Amino acid sequence: MLRTVRHIITKEFKQIFRNKTMVGLIFGMPVIQLLIFSYTANFEVKEINIFIENRDNSPTSVEFIHKIEASKFFTLTNVATYKDGLKLMEHNDIDVILSIPQNFGKNINLGKPTNIAVVTDAINGVKAGIIQNYLQNVVLRFSKEKITSKVKLRKMPGIEINSHNWYNPTLDYKVFMVPGILVMLITMTSLFLSAMNIVREKEIGTIEQLNVTPIRKWEFILGKLMPFVLLGIAEFTLGLLIAFFWFRTPIEGSIVMLYLFTIVYLVLVLGIGTFISTITETQQQAMFIAWFFSVIFILMSGLFTPIESMPVWAQRIADFNPIKYYIDVIRLVMLKGSTFVNVSKQFTIIVIYAIVLNVLAILNYRKTSG
Amino acid sequence: MRTFLAFIKKEFKHIFRDKRTLLILFGMPIVQVLLFGFAITTEIKDGKMAVLDLAKNRMSQQYISKITSSGYFILEENLKNYSQIEKSFKRGTIKIALVIPEKFAENLGNNNSSIVQVIADASDPNMANMLTSYLSGISNSFAIENRLVPKIPIKIESKMLYNTENKSVFMFVPGVMTIILMLVSAMMTSITVAREKEIGTMEILLVSPLKPAIIIIGKVLPYLVLSLINAFTILMLGFLVFGMPMEGSRILLFLEILLFIVTSLSLGILISTIAQTQQTAMMMSLMGLMLPTILLSGFIFPIESMPRILQILSNVIPAKWFIIIIKSIMLKGVGIRVVWKETLILTGTSLLFILMTIKKFKIRME
Amino acid sequence: MSRVIEVENLTRTFGHFKAVDNISFTVEKGEIFGFLGANGAGKTTAIKMLTGILEPTSGRGKVAGFDIITERNKLKFKIGYMSQKFSLYEDLTLKENIGFYGGIYGLRKREIAERTKKMIVRLQLGNIENTLISEIPLGWKQKIAFSVATLHHPDIVFLDEPTSGVDPITRRQFWNLIYQAADKGITVFVTTHYMDEAEYCDRISMMVRGKIAAMGTLDELLLKHTAKDMDEVFLKLARD
Repeated sequence: MLRTVRHIITKEFKQIFRNKTMVGLIFGMPVIQLLIFSYTANFEVKEINIFIENRDNSPTSVEFIHKIEASKFFTLTNVATYKDGLKLMEHNDIDVILSIPQNFGKNINLGKPTNIAVVTDAINGVKAGIIQNYLQNVVLRFSKEKITSKVKLRKMPGIEINSHNWYNPTLDYKVFMVPGILVMLITMTSLFLSAMNIVREKEIGTIEQLNVTPIRKWEFILGKLMPFVLLGIAEFTLGLLIAFFWFRTPIEGSIVMLYLFTIVYLVLVLGIGTFISTITETQQQAMFIAWFFSVIFILMSGLFTPIESMPVWAQRIADFNPIKYYIDVIRLVMLKGSTFVNVSKQFTIIVIYAIVLNVLAILNYRKTSG
Repeated sequence: MRTFLAFIKKEFKHIFRDKRTLLILFGMPIVQVLLFGFAITTEIKDGKMAVLDLAKNRMSQQYISKITSSGYFILEENLKNYSQIEKSFKRGTIKIALVIPEKFAENLGNNNSSIVQVIADASDPNMANMLTSYLSGISNSFAIENRLVPKIPIKIESKMLYNTENKSVFMFVPGVMTIILMLVSAMMTSITVAREKEIGTMEILLVSPLKPAIIIIGKVLPYLVLSLINAFTILMLGFLVFGMPMEGSRILLFLEILLFIVTSLSLGILISTIAQTQQTAMMMSLMGLMLPTILLSGFIFPIESMPRILQILSNVIPAKWFIIIIKSIMLKGVGIRVVWKETLILTGTSLLFILMTIKKFKIRME
Repeated sequence: MSRVIEVENLTRTFGHFKAVDNISFTVEKGEIFGFLGANGAGKTTAIKMLTGILEPTSGRGKVAGFDIITERNKLKFKIGYMSQKFSLYEDLTLKENIGFYGGIYGLRKREIAERTKKMIVRLQLGNIENTLISEIPLGWKQKIAFSVATLHHPDIVFLDEPTSGVDPITRRQFWNLIYQAADKGITVFVTTHYMDEAEYCDRISMMVRGKIAAMGTLDELLLKHTAKDMDEVFLKLARD
């Protein structure tokens, strides 16, 4: 019986490796994408072009401007008027305009409240939010300095936050993104390849020939799954090597556990793919359905955007998302060194998913029609 | 002309016969826009927090409730000792931990100052950064309310230009539209042509009296129509459901969308001249285009914050230029005088793709 | 002689359309049984039910001693099948195709190698073991497909329009292969819409609109319908 499975596996491998373009795509594309895209995801904005309209011209306002200039984020742009500044913003040449009112210095020195106006280009909301945050920080520091120097205190009053950043002290965004992108690439390759696989045999007609053979449903599905599990593991290994040697991403937890989770997860994803290919008639259809779900799964997985910030109903939907658990586990184990006990809940969920989906796929693959 | 019409009719029939694909084709943009509009946000809130309150008095209680009522934090756990912090982090149940010292109230009373420890899970650096900065903001206003520190004299009066409420959906609608148009056009065309090659019908078409260019146009036209319908759906959702503004010229917007669809379609055709099987075409168009279009186009992550080399690389991504164009027209209300450069780039790219296709095609025929 | 196919009142409907309408027949061991009829007469539907890949709406049937509804999996070891759609993998070589199909039927490596060698000699294919199927001419492919379908020495081989689309010479050669198989005791169940191929068969059943309109040897049918060839028989039956 297992001999039959082995024959299918051999055949699948031969077919995959016969198409050289395909092999290049399966291995080359994820590697290149991992190398490139891990650098793209970043919420740190540098080189913000700022125009400061100074209507005060007091030593205090000049000092304030120096403070802004001194932060590594802002680049001062000089234009004549506020109106010119707006014009440049229209052309994307200026990101933010700050306007210092008359009597700014006088008010500060008297301890009177004063307002400064900030106009931000909010075309890119993320960027606008970050700019706001940076400016807020500069203003806060500047004000505190002014207060302390006035009250002549050595120490700033209030609650001081002594902050520690665990697991990634340098706040390197790549550490966060590399495992995520790795997961995404493995998911997409496995899902798409498996979703198209059985449908392909339907389309070229060889499925009929297989249906009249004594091969059993589970033998067939198992034989089809195995090559992709192995491909997935190979891809994962490649990605892990790049993560470790190129990006210097820490691997704190047990590697054995990473592989254990990956294997179960691959079986899960391939189950989805196989299920899709049993309910579709053409490769185009299969691929489209696979694409549709992968986009939703990925967007709602916490890969790019935090799940905690989504509305509650959306979080409940995300609870059904298998990718969410896997990304979670990979990040926990790689970056924080979580143990099996720590992530046993996620493991149970992934295992249950894997079983259910594959049973569905086997049940749904019909050797008989009608 | 009649043969051409017959051919187009066949293509349309192919597409409309397949109800499932059609459903996804039209359902996809709707679901994505709704998801982005209602569910997915880049904003950070509801950060899960654990508190180790060593002071346990009224002052510390007030401080904690000030933090939890801000909306930025959810109190997930009350810890009893230090060692529990790491355990919770490893289970992934919390994102930030706050340690209030034993003499919190006394220190505040005596010296007007006290140090609290904040430990953030920096495996997500953005989250760690934002949560720490929220916490320091809240602590600051807590200190002001309790008259521990004088009020900060400078107030920022902020105005978000072009997107007054800084709604992230204004960013997502153009982004989703770009992705859908790019992928649907490029993927669908490359796969249909590869399919005809695979089942051998491409040869029949090629020996027919139809000119190759006509065949290509016939294949592409239905997808042009589909893409236009998709673009329209997405825009309508943006306007009606999310109150997206339309400041600029509708005609210009329509023409730019048309231009981008042509760019994507010609890219799809180019892919199909290279790919021999549907699987290859799919891998090239889907795997090869999806991530670049999402990540290198400035859709979610600002291009300015990427390494220089990727900033340069992003220039060859048509999606980047299209997103700039759409946002400029819809949100800023500018005309062709501002976006002529981007428009020219897209036109040039399309021409390049078409020329490369013709060259490839000729080599194959000889 | 034993009966290898026994069919009773087999019916298959698709919606309101009766593709196969209450057919009954038997086939003896070693026979070449021709299933004739126009396109859409129900031949392929019948063959799919007999090979266990389509469920009958009603009726019963036994093939190679196994029930076509309840004992499908045992049945499948005993039959071979070649469809009108091409059934070899184009992106695998001849040897790889044989290895794969042989393996599925549980043949050992040695057996596969032996039978492959014999088959190449028999078909006079020369040195094409390691050629991709996509590079082999159509006429050869058909012969190879037939040999692959009988590789595991089945009791019965089902051929669904095996000769459609090939030239008369190749068709002739193909029928020689069928005779060789029949000589070895393999029962052949073949569907075709070429009426002239009836003369190659031991017995013929003529299907018209899902029903068996006539059955018997070629001579019996010609006599009964006073016709000079099968084309005439077919026209007479189709008109009724």
